[in-house]
Amino acid sequence: MLAQLTAKVLQTAVVLLIVSVASFSLLKLAPGDPVTLMLGSEYSQDTYDDLTRQLGLDRPVPEQYVTWLGDFVSGDWGQTYASRTDIFTFIVTEALPVTLTLTFFAILLALGVGVPLGVLSAVKKDSAWDVAAAVFALTGTAFPSFFLGILLIWFLAVKLGAFPVMGFVAPWQDPWGGLYHMVLPSLTLSTYFIGMIVRMTRATMVEVLEQPYIAAARARGEPEWRVIWVHGVRNILMPLVTIVGLQLGGILQGAVLTETVFSLPGLGQMLTGAVLGREYGLVQAGVMLTATLFILVNLLVDLSYPLLDPRLRPRS
Amino acid sequence: MTAPMTRPMPAPMPEPEPAALLEVSGLSLWRGSRKILDEVSLRLGRGETLALVGESGAGKSTIAVALMGLMSAREARVEGRLRFDDLPDLLALRERDWAGLRGRRMSMVFQDAGAALNPCYTVGSQLVSVLRRKLGLGRAEARTRAVALLEGVGINDAAARLSAYPHQLSGGMQQRVMVAIALACNPELLLADEPTSALDVTIQAQIIRLILDQTRARGASCIFVLHDLALASQSCDRIVVLYAGQVMEAGATRTVLERPLHPYTQALKSCVVEIGTDELAPLDGGVPAYDRMPAGCRFATRCPRAAPRCAAERPPLATLDGREIACWNPGDPA
Amino acid sequence: MTATDTAPTAPRRAGMMRRRPFFTLASLVALGFVACAIFAPQIAPYPPTLQSIDAMMQPPSAAHPMGTDSYGMDILSRVIHGARYALLIGLSSVLIGAAGGLVLGLVAGLSAGWVEWVMLRLIDSILALPSLILAVAFIAILGQGVDKVILAVGLSLIGPFARTVRADVLQVKVQLFVEAAGLMAIPRLAVIRRHILPNVIFPLCVQITIRISEAILVSSSLSFLGIGVTPPTPDWGLMISEGRGFVSFAAWMSGMPGIALATLLIALAIVGDGIREEFDPKLRTGR
Repeated sequence: MLAQLTAKVLQTAVVLLIVSVASFSLLKLAPGDPVTLMLGSEYSQDTYDDLTRQLGLDRPVPEQYVTWLGDFVSGDWGQTYASRTDIFTFIVTEALPVTLTLTFFAILLALGVGVPLGVLSAVKKDSAWDVAAAVFALTGTAFPSFFLGILLIWFLAVKLGAFPVMGFVAPWQDPWGGLYHMVLPSLTLSTYFIGMIVRMTRATMVEVLEQPYIAAARARGEPEWRVIWVHGVRNILMPLVTIVGLQLGGILQGAVLTETVFSLPGLGQMLTGAVLGREYGLVQAGVMLTATLFILVNLLVDLSYPLLDPRLRPRS
Repeated sequence: MTAPMTRPMPAPMPEPEPAALLEVSGLSLWRGSRKILDEVSLRLGRGETLALVGESGAGKSTIAVALMGLMSAREARVEGRLRFDDLPDLLALRERDWAGLRGRRMSMVFQDAGAALNPCYTVGSQLVSVLRRKLGLGRAEARTRAVALLEGVGINDAAARLSAYPHQLSGGMQQRVMVAIALACNPELLLADEPTSALDVTIQAQIIRLILDQTRARGASCIFVLHDLALASQSCDRIVVLYAGQVMEAGATRTVLERPLHPYTQALKSCVVEIGTDELAPLDGGVPAYDRMPAGCRFATRCPRAAPRCAAERPPLATLDGREIACWNPGDPA
Repeated sequence: MTATDTAPTAPRRAGMMRRRPFFTLASLVALGFVACAIFAPQIAPYPPTLQSIDAMMQPPSAAHPMGTDSYGMDILSRVIHGARYALLIGLSSVLIGAAGGLVLGLVAGLSAGWVEWVMLRLIDSILALPSLILAVAFIAILGQGVDKVILAVGLSLIGPFARTVRADVLQVKVQLFVEAAGLMAIPRLAVIRRHILPNVIFPLCVQITIRISEAILVSSSLSFLGIGVTPPTPDWGLMISEGRGFVSFAAWMSGMPGIALATLLIALAIVGDGIREEFDPKLRTGR
């Protein structure tokens, strides 16, 4: 058990290391010279050399990597070229909270809608309801989210005026306003994810419902709602948590698009703006952060398995 | 070795049994166009143990599942009448009415206890939940009762076992827990669906003994689904021999097994005696597919005494020499 | 999946069209888009980048069945030509991703010991980034344009391909061990060519058809974000993005290309699902 845990953590560490090398190379491979990008068009050779030394760009590349990694881990993510703002502070205080809020609501919505839909599909297998849910799930997963966002804006915000078109209000400052502004974006972002969860929930639940312990629960007179929601759903928690972990990447990717559609100042907007403005430090930080988030969450998912399935716990 | 022919038969019993606990009449079950059960009739007295015997696929377990009302209308179409005590027909019950029946008045022990216990909940929570829901006990009271039940089925250190998960117990232990859960509310009828087929031979006898002792102590009736003729003869008062969803022969275990009059029962018995195997796969050829069954006696395709009439016309279940038998040519083997 | 497993599926393919009406319909729709792509210059009523100051932001009419955009370009013509870009970018990038994934997956699947361990971590780290964000990173390095988008999207798809190829290789390897005795004498490369590749290529082709829609989605997403192909290329993502600001009074500008994109993606998803269910028994458990 402990050996397994160590192996898992070691794997994660190596994956993070590879991702960091890739992120570092991104800055090296990007066209243009960071010093020139920072100094603009007019500068003397002296200032150029000074800044080069200051940024450590005169050092050998491996040394630069080690320094960069050390800085990155300690929260020094450098500055933007144009406005010289501190990247770490900007991301942690401004961009990340927006993206995490959006992601949180989208996951909540996806689970809240997707799981019941999938369970009902499995219970009423092959009924008209099941077919309808399957069509909905397929459409949801295939529909381009950014176009869905625009459709929602057009219909619910512009035509009906029921929701604000765009903008972000922090829910921790104005809970009601924040929630209100989050409805359309999280609906947009979660549609794909709802489809995935419906399909996965249905498939695993169909298998679970065929297990003898379900028949046994019925045979000892458990009411049907308990048979399904207590005895059945408890057994699909593991695949559910797994898919949330694995789909986190998909959600973050969707968040990039959703943020652009609804003008939410999150990581996604930052990333797009950075590519257009050639702010490679921001691109690097965004990439590194997304990958790290994904890797760590999936490590947590792996570590949570024994909690979710007693059979994976050590025998006592 | 054949049954001694010279011994005088016991006088035919009229079998009055005024108030049978369970009376199944004309139970038929279709899956699609396949008729899995073909007008099965049987009765079970109070405190009686009955064995349903037959090869695998004979419909024994299907009868048990249908009796518990666990056959969904989508899976199968059921016809017939199931009288249980004061309830004239279980098949007419609505799902709501079943709630007071399952787990409370009738319960079931499954084939593979390891799969029939929910792996995600402790043994204790599954047992306590039945006690609390069905008997309305409080938390502490239910726990005390659960410990007593586990001790009753021969589990040592019962209080500690309550917090164990099913996978932490041995197969025998799991089946004991299953029995404890099934008997938690002192049901009037216990269905045991091949309760020992997943277990070691040494433990099989213990579990059967346990179920018999526990049901007898409670005055409950018990239906064993078995494919082991020897086990049936040791443990059950009465026996029903099934073949492909039809009742072949039924009656007191001693009467039927000491001098079987149905060719199928005879084949089953000779198979146990001569080959010494526990399994029932006695005859040449297989059971025909359910959509290619003869209209009459389904055993006709393999029967050594089959006549042209057998495959065409169904023999009625008639009383003969103290047992019920469905055969056009009953009698001792040639 | 082995060659012997796939052989009996061939006669089933004929019946598939009849057994799966949705699949048939979706295939026809997808083929319709392919036809639009091939014959775009012949079908489209106007050149896709022809601007007209007289006809700016006109609602759908007889002259312009899908209306015009803010430069007076005919949206129908742009949508038809857009199919060309979408399918061209989708197909080329999927092929790049499949080729890269095949190499990486073969190496990972055939290696052993610490090499295998490192290869697996490499694949894990590629998969740690969703394809769109990976593509954004590549765009940052490569710059914008149709060719750059193809390369960026292609590279971003290597990870998922590598994972499935490796899984298939492992399966073949297990089967090969059974008959290992007979293979001892054959050199390694010949084993790969004769036994591994044929068994990996077929599932790879299935994956390619399934992932075309993902490639199209990612590439149009890049264009929607404004970092993919450059205007005035008739790309659906770009058109949706351009029409976004006019949604309240010229909804057709985003709507028409959006409907085209959504229809193609849904059709491809149904086709992909059908192919997957027909040919990939592994996936029937609902991975």
